[in-house]
Amino acid sequence: MLRYVLHRLLMMIPTLLIISLIVFVIIQLPPGDYLESYIAELQSQGESVDPEKIAFLRQHYGLDKPLHEQYFFWLTGMFQGDFGYSFEYDLPVTEVVGDRLVLTVLVSFITIVFTWIVAFPIGIYSATHQYSWGDYGLTFLGFIGLATPNFLLALVMLYLANVYFGTSIGGLMDPEYIDQPWSWDKLMSVLEHLWIPVVVIGTSGTAGMIRRLRANLLDELQKQYVVTGRAKGLPRFKLLTKYPLRMALNFFISDIGSILPSVISGAEVVAVVLSLPTTGPMMLSALQSQDMYLAGSFLMFLASLTVVGVLLSDLALAALDPRIRLQGGVTR
Amino acid sequence: MTPPSDDMNTSGAGHFVSKAPFDPYSIEALKPEQERYYLASQWQLMWWKLKRHRLAVFSGIVLLVFYIAALFAEVVAPYNLQTRHTDFIYAPPQTVRWFHDGNFVGPFVYGLKYQLNMTNLKREYTEDQQRVQRLRFFCRGDGHQFWGLFESHFHLVCPDRDGTLYLLGTDRLGRDMLSRIIYGARISLTIGLLGIIISFALGIVIGGLAGYYGGWVDNVIQRLIEIIRSFPELPLWMALSAILPVNWSPILVFFGITVILALLDWTGLARAVRSKLLALREEDYCTAAQLMGARPRRIIGRHLLPGFLSHLIASATLSIPSMILGETALSFLGLGLRPPITSWGVLLNEAQNINVVALYPWLMLPVIPVIVVILAFNFFGDGLRDAADPYK
Repeated sequence: MLRYVLHRLLMMIPTLLIISLIVFVIIQLPPGDYLESYIAELQSQGESVDPEKIAFLRQHYGLDKPLHEQYFFWLTGMFQGDFGYSFEYDLPVTEVVGDRLVLTVLVSFITIVFTWIVAFPIGIYSATHQYSWGDYGLTFLGFIGLATPNFLLALVMLYLANVYFGTSIGGLMDPEYIDQPWSWDKLMSVLEHLWIPVVVIGTSGTAGMIRRLRANLLDELQKQYVVTGRAKGLPRFKLLTKYPLRMALNFFISDIGSILPSVISGAEVVAVVLSLPTTGPMMLSALQSQDMYLAGSFLMFLASLTVVGVLLSDLALAALDPRIRLQGGVTR
Repeated sequence: MTPPSDDMNTSGAGHFVSKAPFDPYSIEALKPEQERYYLASQWQLMWWKLKRHRLAVFSGIVLLVFYIAALFAEVVAPYNLQTRHTDFIYAPPQTVRWFHDGNFVGPFVYGLKYQLNMTNLKREYTEDQQRVQRLRFFCRGDGHQFWGLFESHFHLVCPDRDGTLYLLGTDRLGRDMLSRIIYGARISLTIGLLGIIISFALGIVIGGLAGYYGGWVDNVIQRLIEIIRSFPELPLWMALSAILPVNWSPILVFFGITVILALLDWTGLARAVRSKLLALREEDYCTAAQLMGARPRRIIGRHLLPGFLSHLIASATLSIPSMILGETALSFLGLGLRPPITSWGVLLNEAQNINVVALYPWLMLPVIPVIVVILAFNFFGDGLRDAADPYK
């Protein structure tokens, strides 16, 4: 087991390095840098530019150096907790993002828990009652959930909430808690507002998971040991829970790896529509204004979140399934 | 008792005897329908199997209708893409009716009466029950450049002369939503096809290399695929489309977005190609080709690919919807296509604001074709995938 964990952890390092390289290339691709457009903007407004500050920023963030040195600088900075400087907000990135990262993790985590809670019973029902009306109905619902883009669902929810409740469901907490330090009341307020984004983001992942769980469990239920058990008169419930369900559970955990990227993607767009104080809206504006270090940090953060999530699911799977931890390989 | 006559099929012992000549191979002979089945080509078999999948056939027809409508958008849409009706800004959808005062008139709409509510400055439209505006069919309406080739005035449906026909309402410039949705289908539906062609090519080449050569090539490509897949798609798309230069023309942006969508999509196909190739390259016919001195390109392209091409096409169909959704999401966020190019995402961009959604809910209607097309592609792709393995 220890060997497997070590192997998995070591594999993560090159992955994260390559991801950081890709992110860096992406944020460097637009011609010019933020400081140039910043100077141009200020000059067009007739304001004076403090050349010392520009020179300081340029030097501090190494913008005058060749690209590979800039990359190295950015990379080593990240290890020391310095994610660069947000030019638009005129603050270090770590101070700008603040709670947003925590909230993104919170929303993603709760969404996945929600996905599990919904998908598990439905998947089992669909598999054990194959081709029944319930199965067809739930499968169809799942398909619709799969086909409806998250942000459109968010829009429709906005509309319905507006028409039927006359309230705005945007935001993630009551206005008086914004910019307040974390407290019990604030947490409760967040949880109260959280269910709408969670439901909206969760739909597509849930639909996919139900379909895959159903297919997996069906495969398992057709195996010979199940037939033998049934022939020997094992009660149905015991027959289902003793082995097939446990086999399907393994898959249930490994599936996090495949839904996590889509959950995080969905969370970003839904956050823009519902104006949640997560990474989504800020990343969008950072991308549009070429605030490269801010955008880059967000991209890096989201990608690492996925990588770490997949790692955790792989480790949990290894703990559950001896075939994987003994083999020492990666199964996906 | 009369002696048995010659024309009766009975022997002296009294039991039945067939007089037809005995054919010892009759049990092995095929019935005509069996023969038809055994001699049919692979594609023929796929077609037969697909036809049995009702939902897939229905979805295929729906898709066909959508694509035909997109192809002939100028004729199908009642108005031109950019025609503005300044008297009817944010007009609500009009209902098609058949009976006026209890008499059958055929399809018609009531005229719209416009009034500005002076207390809250809201535009209010009411139906004028006196003005019956009958629809015209195969008629002369808005002028348009058909496929940009020649001037034409022909439409399938037009409003009555001096009448209006806004089946799905109008937007903030008084443009007919239905016409815009039909024109938007052109972009939204082709972006998926174009993108899939690019990602198909990438997937086959990269997956083919990995699968055929194996070894370190395979290892590197596998790691690369894993890394690309661990990126959350949408933020990466957002970042990539944010770097498209602002001064590009809309059509260049369209191609840029297509390439971006395809750049992240090929991984699934490449994996499928790789695993199939790994299995197939051990087959005898592949070894035979190698011994005869065929080069890798020929072996992959000529001998291996045709064996699972149908499978690939089916899985490609299943990844078109994610591209359409990707374009819609990007355009909705304002990072994708920009007006004057009109796609469903661009149309939905107008419905981003909660006030708009509450006051003019019909601006959200482009959602419906998106959902229908995605569902249809999913069902059709499912059916295709089942049919792609006709020997099962």
